[in-house]
Amino acid sequence: MSIKLKALLKSPWVFHLSTGSCNNCDIEILDCLTPRFDIERFGMLLVGSIKHADVLLITGSGNRKSMERAKRLYEQMPKPCLVVAVGECALSRGMFIHSYNCPVPIDKVIPVDVYIPGCPPKPEAIIAGIVKLIEKVKKGTAKK
Amino acid sequence: MEKTIIPIGPYHPLQEEPEFFMLTVEGEKVVDIEVRIGYNHRGIEKLSEMKSFDQSTFLIERICGICSTSHPFAYTRAVEDIIPVEVPERAKYIRTIIAEGERIHSHLLWLGLAGHFLGYNTVYMWVWKLREEILDVMEILTGNRNSYAMFKPGGIRRDIKSEDIPVVIKKMDSIVSTLEMLKKAVIDDPVIHARTKGIGILSKEDAINYCALGPTARASGVARDVRKDSPYGAYDKIEWDMIVTHNGDVFDKLVVRILEVFESIKIIKNCFLNLPGGEIDANIKDIPPGEGIGFIEAPRGECFHYVKSDGTNRPVRHKVRAPTFMNLPTCKATIIGEYISDATIILAAIDPCYCCTERMTVCNTKRKKIYTGKDLIKLSREKTEILRNKMGVK
Repeated sequence: MSIKLKALLKSPWVFHLSTGSCNNCDIEILDCLTPRFDIERFGMLLVGSIKHADVLLITGSGNRKSMERAKRLYEQMPKPCLVVAVGECALSRGMFIHSYNCPVPIDKVIPVDVYIPGCPPKPEAIIAGIVKLIEKVKKGTAKK
Repeated sequence: MEKTIIPIGPYHPLQEEPEFFMLTVEGEKVVDIEVRIGYNHRGIEKLSEMKSFDQSTFLIERICGICSTSHPFAYTRAVEDIIPVEVPERAKYIRTIIAEGERIHSHLLWLGLAGHFLGYNTVYMWVWKLREEILDVMEILTGNRNSYAMFKPGGIRRDIKSEDIPVVIKKMDSIVSTLEMLKKAVIDDPVIHARTKGIGILSKEDAINYCALGPTARASGVARDVRKDSPYGAYDKIEWDMIVTHNGDVFDKLVVRILEVFESIKIIKNCFLNLPGGEIDANIKDIPPGEGIGFIEAPRGECFHYVKSDGTNRPVRHKVRAPTFMNLPTCKATIIGEYISDATIILAAIDPCYCCTERMTVCNTKRKKIYTGKDLIKLSREKTEILRNKMGVK
């Protein structure tokens, strides 16, 4: 494992990106930060700028207007970086698969490391997903 | 003085949803604002026409995660208006309980985020900790923290177990005591007074002219609430008060929301005490041709659905009007003349929900050519192909 990845695992800072979601996953992500779950005690912090982030939490069905911007944001991210798709929409577009405004699934545009299913996934599931991401990086199978 | 443009968004650290505001400022004063949305549009109205009446309920729930009861509630009322059918009493009471539970968690969510916008993260953490309790209650009652899937045209999908009711009432009582403490802490806080009193004032005339809805209007002294004006569910059978304040600033909107939480707890408790027995579903078989409207008071204001049926098993037209669509233009009246540092809290004061609002259709009337259905499908396929190529998808 490269030294950059090793350092990243100590405190993975996350950036949250919504690409046309229904707010449910976004709120469950915010819920992870509040006192009951409090993922900040593991060094995870929600950051304001993509340039400070190690992990990209991406939610939503990926609509036409926001997907171009999502791709641009991914390119701005300092590498190595990790991507987590949160919620059913981000995995497979879920209910919106036949929509005229959601032409491509997110993982065709951005390489995704971990998928967290659920509509919405519970905060416990999101935390479990992040733990799996860390295991994946330790094994060296992450896409980086 | 020279004018400067400040962009906020579309991916801004303060917003959990993508939306774009363009503030025009002179020095520190905001002189104009422009809003651009469309980052959340998913084409729900069109998708609803592809699904059966029963399936649509689940889709409508995904319009917005926070209002995941309001939209199905309005939609089921619209479908019941087509037939028309009388919903069983027990179902009405349970619908009211779920809708009020959602109102509590939505108002608490807003209060927490308002604290976050003010840079007062203590309020944010406290309130969201309290909100977890109400989500637990909803999980006991429905089986999920959000997106409850309790509604169906003609009734509700599953019943509340009688052994759950004492547990829920006990939890509600524990919430009230914490909430009392929180209410005193927030409403008497000098920091919150300094940041919200006299800021972003929406006068009563403006509230009426802009057709403001829900807490935004009630904070400006417009006593308008669908639950009182045209009662549905069990709201006419139980005692509760409408909260109205008169100043119209951010602080009053905050007060209205906090006090409404107490009213909601009162309504839920009353509903449990008077919960009648019997059927929970009217067992609708066919939906005849016709039109129906459904309107309810969502946490943010009046939510309106229109459904047209032609006698088949799917709607021909489904129109959704979310409360934020009416509340968002009031920013024009409230934000102009204020300082940039207050802009975020004024924009957030209406409790905007952009994923509810994104139902727009743009018509270009200048163009001469008229497209037929075939042309539009061809254009759509071409555009999708271009987009796929652009994203590198084969």
